[in-house]
Amino acid sequence: MPLLTQHLPGDDEQYSLVASLDNVRNLSTVLKAIHFQDHATCFATVNGIKVTVEKAKCVQANAFIQAEIFQEFKVQEESVTFRINLGVLLDCLSIFGSSPMPGTFTALRMCYQGYGHPLMLFLEEGGVVTVCKINTQEPEDTLDFDFCSTNVINKVILQSEGLREAFSELDMTSDVLQITMSPEKPYFRLSTYGNAGSAHLDYPKDSDLMEAFHCNETQVNRYKISLLKPSTKALVLSCKVSIRTDNRGFLSLQYMIRNEDGQISFVEYYCCPDEEEVSKSEP
Amino acid sequence: MKFRAKIVDTACLNNFTRVSNMIAKLAKTCTLRISPDKLNFILLDKVANGGVSMWCELEQENFFNEFQMEGISEENNEIYIELTPENLSRALKTAQNARALKVKLTNKHFPCLTISIELLSISSSSRTVTHDIPIKVIPRKLWKDLQEPTVPESDVSIYLPVLKTMKSVVEKMKNISNHLIIEANLNGELNLKIETELVCVTTHFKDLGSPPLASESPSQSRNLEEMAEVRIDIRKFLQFLAGQQVNPTKALCNIVNNRVVHFDLLHEDVSLQYFIPALS
Repeated sequence: MPLLTQHLPGDDEQYSLVASLDNVRNLSTVLKAIHFQDHATCFATVNGIKVTVEKAKCVQANAFIQAEIFQEFKVQEESVTFRINLGVLLDCLSIFGSSPMPGTFTALRMCYQGYGHPLMLFLEEGGVVTVCKINTQEPEDTLDFDFCSTNVINKVILQSEGLREAFSELDMTSDVLQITMSPEKPYFRLSTYGNAGSAHLDYPKDSDLMEAFHCNETQVNRYKISLLKPSTKALVLSCKVSIRTDNRGFLSLQYMIRNEDGQISFVEYYCCPDEEEVSKSEP
Repeated sequence: MKFRAKIVDTACLNNFTRVSNMIAKLAKTCTLRISPDKLNFILLDKVANGGVSMWCELEQENFFNEFQMEGISEENNEIYIELTPENLSRALKTAQNARALKVKLTNKHFPCLTISIELLSISSSSRTVTHDIPIKVIPRKLWKDLQEPTVPESDVSIYLPVLKTMKSVVEKMKNISNHLIIEANLNGELNLKIETELVCVTTHFKDLGSPPLASESPSQSRNLEEMAEVRIDIRKFLQFLAGQQVNPTKALCNIVNNRVVHFDLLHEDVSLQYFIPALS
């Protein structure tokens, strides 16, 4: 058992959050998937940690790391919230190298004393120990997208490989990505309108890549490409993605990420529709 | 003034290539000193380079099968030239799997170090690639500035941990800070430390060991736990680590508290000394 995950009795009471992990990559990989802004808010409850990143009040990314992923996970209060610089956190978590030799693991022990205190990280690999003291900041209110499953109109679940190529080759000269979801043809269509003309990509509903298809009515919504592009980071790491839109045209992308130990974590992106298009597409 | 030398052994050729690649990573321009039994690559204490010094030494007989030189005079049987190590390293790229390599001092409109590489070929006809590397001959009166730096009395001497681990740690630290503190004691502990407004990161290496102390050294009476430290430019340190493609047989770190850190590396046939001054 790595040095740091060995439990020392009695030293945990002073901390409102203590988490240990045998393989730090199970945490860092998921956090990398939402790293498009440095300001991140962390919420910890007995169920696990949620890390939230936002941009332009229009897009929000959440990474969920369940308590079961950790070898030890203790939260003393009902919930623990703090803001942290995600870039610095990721540099610290990968201090022993981001592409280590197969078979070598960096162990992590993470402690937080509470409001006003720094987040302490203890990392160990091959007998070398790194201690990081990252200052935390006043948590800010995060956006509430009020995305409720009862209001969901259309939903598809795709194998990520089916969407990966499409996203990595998005025509960035187009301002928007238009998503069409419909119970009838074209079922599920991605469209861009760039300098070199428009491009449409259709996924038939009986495609092998389509794991589930629940579309109730035709919806055509546009989203700013610049807001969706960061989600490619999560897409690359994920095995499945669920795409949902609600009655207001809000988009939810849920990525299922399998870690090196076969456990599942989730990353979720919310994005609001491009406003001009909302008025146009509504009858 | 004359210099010509030849390598025919593949292992020696690869070794020489490795040395010149390392020098190319460590210095933009440097001095090459040629003497009857040694070659030295020298970079000395120029403020423009951040005050970093390098002294690399190879015994010529470990590399060259033929070696002839005549210095500027009988009593000063040495040659000092200035060159861009990147040019040498690039020229030697052609020399992988070569049959032989010749180095020669020439004057083709301007002074050159000419590298001729005899390549292997399937047919009996041989092919030769020649690189002319422009150089500057350094006059006798400037030699005195290019002598081996004296190693200051260090407060702590300690063996370095595996350089690859250090390199990945320092690479990440460079993303966060421009300065790095190296501290070590005589109890085998070495710490790499950065401190910014946002974050403090310390990596602890232990059980490193120290070389046996020379009697009369000031560190004799030193408390084993007491740390000696230097704050240095993190890029200079990373540059030094990035130049080390092979883990050396011996790697020693000497710290003069708040003044300079001196790295002393010994490979099979090459020794490298590297000095990084402390930031004020």
